[in-house]
Amino acid sequence: MITRALFLFVLSALAVQAEVTSERLLGARQEPQNWLTYSGDYNGQRHSPLSAITPENAKNLELQWVFQARSLEKFEATPLVVDGIMYTVQAPNDIVAIDAVTGRVFWIYQYRPSPAARPCCGRVNRGVAILGDTLYMATIDAHLIAIDTKNGGLIWNIPVASPEAGYALTVSPLVIKDKVVVGTAGGEYGIRGFIAAYDAKTGKEAWRFYTIPGPGEPGHETWPADSDAWKHGGASIWTTGSYDPETNLTYWGIGNPGPDWNGDVRLGDNLYSDSVVALDADTGKLKWHYQFTPHDDFDYDSTQVPVLADMEWKGRMRKVMMFANRNGFFYVLDRTNGQFLLGKPFVEVTWASGIDETGRPVKIAGTAPTRDGVLVYPGVQGGTNWYSPSYSPRTGLFYIPTWANYSTVFIKTPVKYEEGKSFTGGMPRSTVPSLRAAQVNNRKEEEGYGAVRAVDPKTGERKWEFKMSDVTDGGILTTASDVLFSGGRDGYFFALDARTGALLWKANVGGPIASGPMTFAVDGRQYVSVSAGSALFTYAVRK
Amino acid sequence: MWRKLFVLVLAHGFALGSLLAQHSYTPADVEDGGRLFRTNCTNCHGPNGDAIPTIDLGRGRFRQVYSDTDLVRIIRNGIPGTPMPANNFDEFRATTIVAYLRSMAADEARPGALAGDATRGKALFAGKGECFTCHRVKGTGSRSGPDLTEIGAMRRGTELERAMLDPDAEVLAGNRAFRAVATDGTEIIGTLLNQDAFSVQLLDSKDRLRYLQKSDLREQGYVAKSPMPAYRDKFNAQELADVVSYLSNLKGLDLP
Ligand code: HEC
Ligand code: HEC
Repeated sequence: MITRALFLFVLSALAVQAEVTSERLLGARQEPQNWLTYSGDYNGQRHSPLSAITPENAKNLELQWVFQARSLEKFEATPLVVDGIMYTVQAPNDIVAIDAVTGRVFWIYQYRPSPAARPCCGRVNRGVAILGDTLYMATIDAHLIAIDTKNGGLIWNIPVASPEAGYALTVSPLVIKDKVVVGTAGGEYGIRGFIAAYDAKTGKEAWRFYTIPGPGEPGHETWPADSDAWKHGGASIWTTGSYDPETNLTYWGIGNPGPDWNGDVRLGDNLYSDSVVALDADTGKLKWHYQFTPHDDFDYDSTQVPVLADMEWKGRMRKVMMFANRNGFFYVLDRTNGQFLLGKPFVEVTWASGIDETGRPVKIAGTAPTRDGVLVYPGVQGGTNWYSPSYSPRTGLFYIPTWANYSTVFIKTPVKYEEGKSFTGGMPRSTVPSLRAAQVNNRKEEEGYGAVRAVDPKTGERKWEFKMSDVTDGGILTTASDVLFSGGRDGYFFALDARTGALLWKANVGGPIASGPMTFAVDGRQYVSVSAGSALFTYAVRK
Repeated sequence: MWRKLFVLVLAHGFALGSLLAQHSYTPADVEDGGRLFRTNCTNCHGPNGDAIPTIDLGRGRFRQVYSDTDLVRIIRNGIPGTPMPANNFDEFRATTIVAYLRSMAADEARPGALAGDATRGKALFAGKGECFTCHRVKGTGSRSGPDLTEIGAMRRGTELERAMLDPDAEVLAGNRAFRAVATDGTEIIGTLLNQDAFSVQLLDSKDRLRYLQKSDLREQGYVAKSPMPAYRDKFNAQELADVVSYLSNLKGLDLP
């Protein structure tokens, strides 16, 4: 294994800066020195075959370089690394090309979003995608742009949706074959969400899938009849989907129905909000869907990366999807047809008593928001959120960035749609701040804490937990040497033993981690990068 | 607390217009309104709402007659062309402020409240009350309790009185005492300044900034009760009123 990986490094070092073809994207894990997509691979596992950093030598990790972003926004992008060059995004929408070994900047492409841009929850971006010699970035004013990898020159720039109507894009695009796929955010402003594919060469729209079915389409009946509710029902996309080349299906987690906390104006299940959808990658046609939270009143959007793996399930091999949902349940589905296989809470849950055998949650009466407020676990930010989990085929464990013990009082308020205005219908209250907080933390553990929780996907049982003091917006990376990297609002970047959760190493990065770590190698040396605060840090084992 | 709401409803059952009648307000909502008022309004209107001439928000004396709906609108939209700013509150939150303003007037109307003497209060603070052993005012005294230099600008008379009579009734999150016991049994008491998965940062009772590693501690956590003694038996009603009067006059450093 190790020798093969080393051999591949040498090969790629010779094949200097070759074009990233769609075949290379399909075989992303055959070139472990690179990180070619948001999740490192189409399967969304955030698991790297690199193994030079081990549980034994992790204590010798040391800082190689820092990139200081000229931005005070949350640094949520996962960088790509292609043959020694790193591409990342300085918030909101500046693309930066960096020498991955030294941290020196080659070029910065500066994009000025329209003043109409109004993303609800931060002027952020989660990273670029690559195909050929072109980078693709989705912008907070809802454009998709194509940039030359060599010099940051603009190739094309197309509007995806109207920022005036509340649309925004924060997602890292997903390139499949010759298309670039993105989904729209804006669910807090009464948008009608969609996922769309664009021709990578020209930017011409190839297909579009509305995440809320229109009149006459199946699922439309899950919205009130004779009402415009479906036109403003949200169902945004915040995180990149995954893709299975064998079924040619691309899977996307869909956001909450709007208004968030007042469901009275949208009685019904509200498809495809809070669902995962499986779309034909060539046509955008819906193959199947599974809804995690029918008629959601808590903003439990399914804004997570669907994680794909093949595993033995009750005696036979199955193509599954794992999904730790904001609503507090961990799910396993059959990804060929959406069949529900397992659903178990991974945090305290008080809105549902469980999932019935058909895969529908059994809601507990009296937990919907009221004018006076109702206390519900998990709180409004969920048991987890947009930051990526990881699955290690070696340990067989699924790792979840978790908000444990965390609740919110959900209050419902009257609401009326006005274009471009906030459309939420409530005010959740929690002692834990929703967005990135100031560094000082003197809350009590009862108020909620952050954790990495390792779950056995076959049973939904927790194998171990690594507790933080503050909550976490940090994604998780695992490697073929059973090292797990993560961090949180505490401001540490740390390495754990993926088998036991034991702490191997930590570094004080002086700011909250609100991104997923990633790893790459240049000339056979393994590096690991993470952003924290307004900076990007890169570590390697001391030589 | 429930008493406060009861008074609120009794005294203002009519004045609280249609908006408030639509909602049922829990005491927690009134408290929230108070918190919003202290954070967003007291710097201009004062803790009692009477700092701007001819406006007394706490007693419902405005420059013209306002319904609750009018007040909610003013709070949300501000008054254009004047320093009164617009506020980014939704209607519900703005309404909790109105509910709080109404409750202030109700509280104020307590019969038989004694007038205090701030000069006598100052002497009691330094002398008999021994308040400086824990509190700091304008650069003098201990740091183990909260600094009271601006307490008069942040708390109302009734709140100050409650803090002295019954310190355990409300300990604000930022004022909680923290106790750590090292593996060798040494006890450290102080103010928790910050914490993370591996360490705590304290100001200890000897005014030293301390970094403690959690792995070196046997025990650690907040002290549930306030370390402040109750002054119910130490001060008579007049003395209490005097100290409240002194504290109410503490509104920050005297700038040249
Ligand atoms: C920056 C200072 C400032 C802040 C902060 C402020 N106000 Fe005002 N407010 C004023 C001034 C000055 C006026 C008088 C405006 C005028 O001249 O008509 C005023 C007027 C008002 C009035 C109308 C009174 C009347 O008799 O017409 C109300 C009610 C009011 N404020 C409530 C509030 C509340 C509640 C808050 C906090 C949410 C607040 N204000 C915050 C400065 C402020
Ligand atoms: C043994 C130490 C100690 C002494 C003596 C003491 N205090 Fe305190 N006091 C505290 C601590 C600690 C707190 C914070 C916890 C709490 O709210 O009770 C506090 C809180 C307060 C508060 C509330 C502060 C706020 O932000 O609301 C007031 C007012 C106050 N003290 C006034 C006094 C006065 C007046 C005296 C003397 C008559 C006094 N204290 C004596 C320790 C002390």
